[in-house]
Amino acid sequence: MTPVPTSSQDSTVPGGGQAPHGAVTTAAGTPAGVPAGGRRTTAATMDEDMHDDSSAWAAPGPTAVDHRVSGHAQPPAPAVSLRASGASRVADTIFKGVSGATGVLILVVLAAVAGFLVLRAWPALTASPDELAKISWMNGQSLLEYVGPLVFGTLLSAILALGLAVPLSLGIALFITHYAPRRAAQALGYVIDLLAAIPSVVYGLWGALWLAPVLDPIFRWLSDTLGFIPLFAGYTAPARNVLAAATVLAVMIIPIITAVSREVFFQTPVLHEEAALALGATRWETIRMAVLPFGRSGLVSASMLGLGRALGETMAVLMILSPGYLFSFFLLKPGQHQSIAANIAAKFPEASGLSVSVLIATGLALFVITLAVNMVARWIIARRAEFSGAN
Amino acid sequence: MPVATAPASSALTLTGNRLPRWAPWASVAGSALVAWGVLVLTGEHTATTVAALTALLHAVALTSVSRYVEGPRRATDRLATTLVTVAFLLALVPLVSLLWTVVSRGAVLFSGTFLTTDMVGVFGDMTSGGVAHAIVGTLMVTLTATLISVPIGLLTAIYLVEYGRGPLAKGITFFVDVMTGIPSIVAGLFAFALFTLLMGPAYRSGLMGAVALAVLMTPVVIRSVEEMLRLVPNELREASYALGVPKWLTILKVVLRTSVAGIVTGVMLAIARVIGETAPLLITVGMITRTNWDVFEGRMATLPVFAYSQYQQGGVGVDRAWAAALTLILIVMLLNLVARGISRAFRPKTGR
Amino acid sequence: MSISRTSRRAGSLVAVGALAFALAACSDSGTTNPGATGSTGSGSTTSDAPAALSGTLAGAGASSQGKAMEGWAAGFADIAPDVQFSYDAAGSGAGREQFLAGSTLFAGSDSALKPEEITAAAKRCFGGEALELPVYISPIAVIYNLPQVSAANINLDAKTLAQIFDGKITKWNDPAIAAQNEGVELPDLAIIPVNRSDESGTTENFTEYLAAAGEGAWTHEPSGDWPVSGGQSGNGTSGMVDTVKAAEGTIGYADASRAGDLGTVAIKVGDAYVPYSAEAAAKVVDASPAAEGATDKRLVIELDRTTTAEGAYPIVLVSYDIACSVYENAADVANVKAFLTYVASEEGQARSAQPDVAGSAPISAELRTKIQAAIDAISVK
Repeated sequence: MTPVPTSSQDSTVPGGGQAPHGAVTTAAGTPAGVPAGGRRTTAATMDEDMHDDSSAWAAPGPTAVDHRVSGHAQPPAPAVSLRASGASRVADTIFKGVSGATGVLILVVLAAVAGFLVLRAWPALTASPDELAKISWMNGQSLLEYVGPLVFGTLLSAILALGLAVPLSLGIALFITHYAPRRAAQALGYVIDLLAAIPSVVYGLWGALWLAPVLDPIFRWLSDTLGFIPLFAGYTAPARNVLAAATVLAVMIIPIITAVSREVFFQTPVLHEEAALALGATRWETIRMAVLPFGRSGLVSASMLGLGRALGETMAVLMILSPGYLFSFFLLKPGQHQSIAANIAAKFPEASGLSVSVLIATGLALFVITLAVNMVARWIIARRAEFSGAN
Repeated sequence: MPVATAPASSALTLTGNRLPRWAPWASVAGSALVAWGVLVLTGEHTATTVAALTALLHAVALTSVSRYVEGPRRATDRLATTLVTVAFLLALVPLVSLLWTVVSRGAVLFSGTFLTTDMVGVFGDMTSGGVAHAIVGTLMVTLTATLISVPIGLLTAIYLVEYGRGPLAKGITFFVDVMTGIPSIVAGLFAFALFTLLMGPAYRSGLMGAVALAVLMTPVVIRSVEEMLRLVPNELREASYALGVPKWLTILKVVLRTSVAGIVTGVMLAIARVIGETAPLLITVGMITRTNWDVFEGRMATLPVFAYSQYQQGGVGVDRAWAAALTLILIVMLLNLVARGISRAFRPKTGR
Repeated sequence: MSISRTSRRAGSLVAVGALAFALAACSDSGTTNPGATGSTGSGSTTSDAPAALSGTLAGAGASSQGKAMEGWAAGFADIAPDVQFSYDAAGSGAGREQFLAGSTLFAGSDSALKPEEITAAAKRCFGGEALELPVYISPIAVIYNLPQVSAANINLDAKTLAQIFDGKITKWNDPAIAAQNEGVELPDLAIIPVNRSDESGTTENFTEYLAAAGEGAWTHEPSGDWPVSGGQSGNGTSGMVDTVKAAEGTIGYADASRAGDLGTVAIKVGDAYVPYSAEAAAKVVDASPAAEGATDKRLVIELDRTTTAEGAYPIVLVSYDIACSVYENAADVANVKAFLTYVASEEGQARSAQPDVAGSAPISAELRTKIQAAIDAISVK
């Protein structure tokens, strides 16, 4: 669909290499042109932009002008136009190459993240049990035995947080998009965006100061009335258990999930909604029939984004949870769970030598978990996109 | 026509029976009254319990009345409305209290001097001192991270939108998505591992933190730039090609220019996303009491770490931590406003 | 470098004078800062002042010393305004590591160097050895949250304390506690023991005390990491104090300066119960012998937890400042000497002893003499 030469043409024309000089000058000429044009753009409408561009092209150095003018003003001899595009084709190839290379760089960075973590974790991965036993907080466990409960704690807190956050976020997003007056919706959207950017230390401070006392009577009540279920047994004040941590995590990820799903809901085709309304559907039926099916994959990806955030959250958990290293489903007992990220932050200052490697090894485990979660999420979304008619 | 066939004088409407507009409000008020009464009698009337019982009673009452008067479909609709509204209000409580706590606790020490002094010579119960050094540090680290991630993010997005086809582009798209999920502490550990291997175990600098932040920021930049580039109508590109403009120039002069507002907004929001990161900076950049302008050498104070370390100190430190948190939020707000302003000013007027 | 800036400071004359006094004590090592000879032209500097200190002095380490360091930094800035002093309270382990890697000139550490670290220190110190100076002595208070108990302190012996923290005694009105607190009305309330969730010198000293004095009631190894799992805990001193404050019936341990209005336990020493105080903490340090392997440079103290010395408070944290006996250049030597001299001085110790600074226990004159002698021996390579 583009008139620009394809790669096959590229390879057939060796002339591409003939004019490296010309290519360089045009490439060098552009940066000077861009800022000037860019400044004009601020005030100009897009149409003017286009005119602007063509006039701007007439101005710079002679080489560029020659090609351009010959390129489209006269119905040219084929040889001329070929040479012109040959020069620009080199620039094009370079540009494509550079942008492609940065794309590859992303892959390299991701590989580097994994690589350096493995490199630094290697001493711990290969250490003998005797060496590991010297680290006081390993309690003579093997690396796997140490990481296991941490992985469990991380997943448990993140999943609980997700369970709390998704219904609420869905509610807020629907309220903003379909229930609130338009003006209020905008303002609310802004507040939500702002909350998404509040640093996690603040959530931690707030959780310890405000939330824990609020949760205390609720947890007490839960433990007293539903204590026969092991899940809710054995609450000990203050509220520094995994459920409290999950609540803070939920509050942290609500803005993120809401912001994304709100965008998705706003994008529901208006025609679909109007069609539903015209058929006499109530507001809820419209949402159920037109909005939710359309937004389902967006909702999944929003939730996964939130889950990723909750899995890796450090400071809030560090400041709110009384950690423990057990496979335990006592949600209200303190000292049962710990997340990997918070554990790293807690242990890192006093760690040296092999214990740093152990911590980095747990970080590697966290990395693998988040990768897995994200990959599964992508896979779900891709599958849904394939099967749903909405997209 | 139903009007013609309906002999009864009262039913001259096209719709079925509807509850009056004030019905939900009446239901809320009634439920609140009942809830309060019941809970006072049982002696457990706190704001939380009253609100909870009110919501429950309201949902039950309105739904059942509506079901009786309006039929099951409308009843479901009303129930959904109630649930959505309750979810919204419930979620609003922590968020509002969060903002309120930060503002009210942060205001204790927040002042002009707080923003313009550092912590040199401050000790004990002194309430003087401030966050100037931490503001500088945060801005320097974030700026460096931006300088690293924006070119990479921009070019990658261009590749994906304008050139990307085939398995490589698919792979990059996939792994960018995956990269969005990297936990911040892992990014911090990566920077720590990278620099300690390259520069020796004791190297600490703003650059280290910036690299960690850049790892977090780049995928966000790619995502938002990609979206912005895709919004540029293909007609513009084709018009440009038709004029004989080579593709790379089209991208630079037409596509990027058209989407510059969105790109700037996206970058700003990406900055806002990483500027408050604490954990990666805690293990890489450290903390000092004075201003350090050198990103390549030595520890730097940053606002989130400052807030955390002040909290750890207790006493006046806690007030300082809140004031630092407030400062950080104000900076984020400012970034958001600037982003909005830019997107408004740059928005092509003829675009959608 | 920035020597000329000295003269612009109004108070510099006084400052230099004070410094001259401080450095006069170590004249035998013969270090006059060669950098100072270049400080001509700025006029107001007295010609016979040994050095206008300048350059950077970076330290890192124990967070327990954090607040004291802030106080010392301010005091040190008065006598050496041109030294860029910094202390990163990153933790003892990190501090020692960075010191040994040569990125900081000194470290703060809640525990003494390990044997392999002493070896590493010789390399870092250009063939010299590491100095370990016990300059920060702080009582650790056992804090509890019982608003209904009006007595100033609750009396407990080490054994009862160990049983409480091990979860063996679970009620505040347990006979074991009541027997030691006649006349105090103890509530029928569950005891919630709180520990530090991070690895810390405070925990290490506290568990050392429980293990040494607990008459076998504490079966765990002394460790910087709390050995009993499944209880309430807080990250850092702030987390600990916040957790104790957040519920009634809690008991924890924290740096005494942070006890605030929480109740504190009087510890049984000999036949009497001693509440924490700076003097009582200093007493146990004086009554304690030097640790095995200590030298006149590494003044490591083996705290006598089972002391019966009258009025001594045995739960004490001793934090060391670790420095080198040999540095690469004269400026570092001068800076480190001046700083440590100030820290160990009566003035410096009085600064950190202020309740709003760190509430530490000032070191005794005898210990100061030893520390000063070690500092004086710092020399250039």
